[in-house]
Amino acid sequence: MNKILSNKKVLCLFLLPTLLITTLIVVIPIFISFYYSMLDWDGIGKGSFIGLHNYIELVQDTRFLNSVKNSLLFAALSIFIQLPFSLLLAIVVANVSRGEKFYRTAYFIPVIISTVVIGQLWQKIYNGDYGLLNALLDNLGLTNLSQDWLGQEKTALLCSFIPILWQYVGYHMLIMYAGVKSQPPEYLEAALMDGASKVQVAFRITIPLLKPILKVCVTFSLIGALKVFDLIYVLTNGGPFFSTEVPSIYMYTTIFDSYHYGYGSAISIFIILECLLFTVFLGFLFKEKEVL
Amino acid sequence: MKRNWKKWCIQIALILFAIIQIYPLYWLLTFSLKSNTEIFGGNVAGLPHKWKFENYLSAIGEAKVLNYFFNSVFVTSITILIVIILASTSAYAIERMIWRGRQTVMKIILLGLMVPIHAALLPLFMVLKQLHILNTYFALIIPYVAFGLPMAVYIVASFLSSIPREMEEAAAIDGCGTIRIFGNVIFPLVKPALATVAIFTYISSWNELMFAVTFVSKKEYKTLTVGIMSMVGAYTTKWGEIGAGLVIATIPTILIYLLLSDQVQKSIVEGAVKG
Repeated sequence: MNKILSNKKVLCLFLLPTLLITTLIVVIPIFISFYYSMLDWDGIGKGSFIGLHNYIELVQDTRFLNSVKNSLLFAALSIFIQLPFSLLLAIVVANVSRGEKFYRTAYFIPVIISTVVIGQLWQKIYNGDYGLLNALLDNLGLTNLSQDWLGQEKTALLCSFIPILWQYVGYHMLIMYAGVKSQPPEYLEAALMDGASKVQVAFRITIPLLKPILKVCVTFSLIGALKVFDLIYVLTNGGPFFSTEVPSIYMYTTIFDSYHYGYGSAISIFIILECLLFTVFLGFLFKEKEVL
Repeated sequence: MKRNWKKWCIQIALILFAIIQIYPLYWLLTFSLKSNTEIFGGNVAGLPHKWKFENYLSAIGEAKVLNYFFNSVFVTSITILIVIILASTSAYAIERMIWRGRQTVMKIILLGLMVPIHAALLPLFMVLKQLHILNTYFALIIPYVAFGLPMAVYIVASFLSSIPREMEEAAAIDGCGTIRIFGNVIFPLVKPALATVAIFTYISSWNELMFAVTFVSKKEYKTLTVGIMSMVGAYTTKWGEIGAGLVIATIPTILIYLLLSDQVQKSIVEGAVKG
């Protein structure tokens, strides 16, 4: 048996393709990106080495700082509005007397649909002249509220985040729901027998037991918010006047529209570091709490 | 009595939320069947007065949505196939075979889970350009496989670690070599994990936008996400046709979901919790 399992030829055959493709396509490009980020380079020719100059420029760039601010706002919305709402839904659906499967299935549908479709759809919902949202407001007698939601700076930012929050509520709900369902029912039964109300049970037993899952959800929505690209690209592409721009959109336009390859790479390295930093920070935060 | 009343309130709230989640999609279906005069003439929300199936014909005929569709089908199925083969073989090598450096290799692969695709975008673009494979199917399949593999290897490996070794040992006593043990014993056993991997890979590559928009600009190779983006550019005011394109792009996903909703939900939860 051991001889069979240490067959070197088979080992190479089984392992090398995966190892090669992950290293070449996923791992090495990070280092290349880091190298690019130290160049002044328009994509043609070789580009000149300028050290950390791009990063120095980056921290003084108000357009960049604004894009970071937008993504942090989005992260805050996801964590403090979307997640509590998903948690509420998860606990309610897990305890509902009928229709459990239907709700689970229905809430989850938007998650699997392409962001391009979601984006196009919401663009039409928000449309200033013929959109669904304005039609709804008209019917409610609130015509004076109807406006071009994505076309003006004051509404565009919030309106471009709402579809993403809408799309992923079901995702977080399902993960938390699976967590609730996997908890041993004995705890709940014991608490209910002792006369605890369902709300008390939720806060004292279900939610504390859910902590590992909550960590997953918080990490996912935070990292997802910091990296967000697709939906903003489809909906507004950062406009009007950069009011909905997030770092990944700024990176993309810097590289592929203005051909500032070095500067764009510096933004991409910033995104990686930001994600890494927050992941470590969250790990730390949740560990501290477990000790208490 | 009071309990009953409470239960009804909860049911109504849950149904309202289900409507919020589903109604936009239903609305998409209705406006994909309307003419512009109807949409812009006040019938925004209702059913079409006249069902205009021509929108679909024109999305297929003029906008070539079916071409994009087949490109997506091709790219996605090849990606799934390669990911399944590579993930199962290398998960077997890491989880079962005996050699030094298993831990290190697993760590390198898991590192891939942490890397945002943004980081690889420009370097990959330059490499693909130099290899002259921008605007080919490979320009999408290779990165999709690479970014799908870490999660896939992880899912298969942790599934494999829960399977007892007796059957492999029996096969070894019967004189099977490594490859036959893998093919006849292991591969059939890990099929549930591979189903999870397939669904996961389908959703991410069918819907992927950033690579697709960057690496493919020739019409012949555009997948649905990019194709729809350029169709929207050309058809700005033709809501019906755009709607038809969006519906066509969504149908396979919805079908898969309706047929396998439990399996799909399970896959996503597993992917999230393990990742």
